[in-house]
Amino acid sequence: MSAPVLFDVPGPKAQARIRIGSAVGALVVLAIVGFVLLRLAGNDQLDPQRWAVLFDPASGVPQALGEALLRTLQVALVGMVFATLLGLLLAAGRLSDHSWVRIPVTTVIEFFRAIPLLVVIFALFFILPSFGIRLSAYAALTGGLVLYNMAVLAEIFRAGIMSIDKGQREAAFGIGLRKSQVMTLVLLPQAVRRMLPVLIAQLVVLLKDSSLGFIIGYFELLRQARSLVEFFIPRFGDQYTFQLYVGAGLIYIIVNVLLSQLAKYVERRGRRQKATVATEPIRMPDENAPTTTGI
Amino acid sequence: MQFLIDNFPLLWDAFLTTLSLSLLAGVLALVLGTALAAFRVSPIPPLRGLSTFYVETFRNTPLTVVFFFIIFGLPQIDFSVGFFTGSVLAVGLYTAAFVCEAVRSGINAVSAGQAEASRAIGLTFGQSLREVVLPQAFRSVVPPLGNVWIAMVKNTSIAAGFAVSELTASMQRLSNANAGELVLVLVAVVVGYMLITLPSAYAISRVERRVAILR
Repeated sequence: MSAPVLFDVPGPKAQARIRIGSAVGALVVLAIVGFVLLRLAGNDQLDPQRWAVLFDPASGVPQALGEALLRTLQVALVGMVFATLLGLLLAAGRLSDHSWVRIPVTTVIEFFRAIPLLVVIFALFFILPSFGIRLSAYAALTGGLVLYNMAVLAEIFRAGIMSIDKGQREAAFGIGLRKSQVMTLVLLPQAVRRMLPVLIAQLVVLLKDSSLGFIIGYFELLRQARSLVEFFIPRFGDQYTFQLYVGAGLIYIIVNVLLSQLAKYVERRGRRQKATVATEPIRMPDENAPTTTGI
Repeated sequence: MQFLIDNFPLLWDAFLTTLSLSLLAGVLALVLGTALAAFRVSPIPPLRGLSTFYVETFRNTPLTVVFFFIIFGLPQIDFSVGFFTGSVLAVGLYTAAFVCEAVRSGINAVSAGQAEASRAIGLTFGQSLREVVLPQAFRSVVPPLGNVWIAMVKNTSIAAGFAVSELTASMQRLSNANAGELVLVLVAVVVGYMLITLPSAYAISRVERRVAILR
């Protein structure tokens, strides 16, 4: 059901009301934006010279934020690669015919899906050292992201493989392929095409979660901004604090928006391709929300 | 075990903090998210635009950044909020975007005939949304809303980084204990979260079965 079903095509009176509503709505939004800008200006936060620090190479800020962005992307990419590999293994394990494989694998998946990511990261960072394994903030963050996301991805892969028409599987067995061949030659290639948008959406989630590095002191964008602020405070006071935080936050948002758009593009393209007609659109096993959602 | 008993008040307080943080943020997210979903399907273009903008922005912003803007950014426009209030706001505002998406998918799932019929008997947009569409939409989005709620409970853990002493923060607090005790703390924290999520999951499936519409 698309939106216009909910209301009649507006007549002259309704159009007038909608115009009034639009004007009021736009005014309210403008008023809020104006209020925020006014307050910011009142605190001298809009001074162009204060924002210039974000773009002035002499201050070292653009370089520092650029490196931080690379570190952020690095955590997300390394996490994604390992999480994908382990997720594939776990998905295969969960779909296994042997209960001695299926049950432990299911337990692992459900366990990591049930606890907050930050608890996993804290466990690696604060609890492993007392067993003599000392992880750096980078290793703890990446490890946490891998453990958590492999469980999430395993469920996505499982949903993707299950979404393929069962005739494919039966036909593959019918021409005499072995179990592993059915999986690698027939099911996975079709499932992966279907799953690509979900995988990219999950990369956005991973990138978002890499900001947790802030809490354990990994120098991703936010922590980098914080340390720049701490560096500037003795010299310039609070002058650049707000600008640096906003800058770091905006970089996160822009990169994520770009990736989300890519996911949507891939999804649209995939829908047009004939190679994917044998599959239903995948939903997360427990989610009716659109596939490009990641909370 | 003695260690857990000694630190039980601390852990219990942490559990209650997580629980109240979740409940308050959940109410905020539900109300705001529903309003956003209504905006999204309304006949007034600026409201639709506002809602789309809100959802796209918050879905692509890390929750930590939302926390950051609320706790360090709001003082710049002369609104200071405490750490707990700030955390409720951050989690609630962030989750509202996902609630909006869930409710909207529910609105889309209500069959077009329902909305057409309510228009035909002369209900206005607000009336048909309130009396006909939303009640049915909510029934069909119980499972996705439940998943948003469970994800949100897990997301409250980020408040640990912003001076709220909830469950995850207690791991950090007690991290100077010895190895065996630390594992107990981890177990206690995980059990704490499950005390919220498992009954929720059970309640959600009960409610889902009770309110489901057969189509």
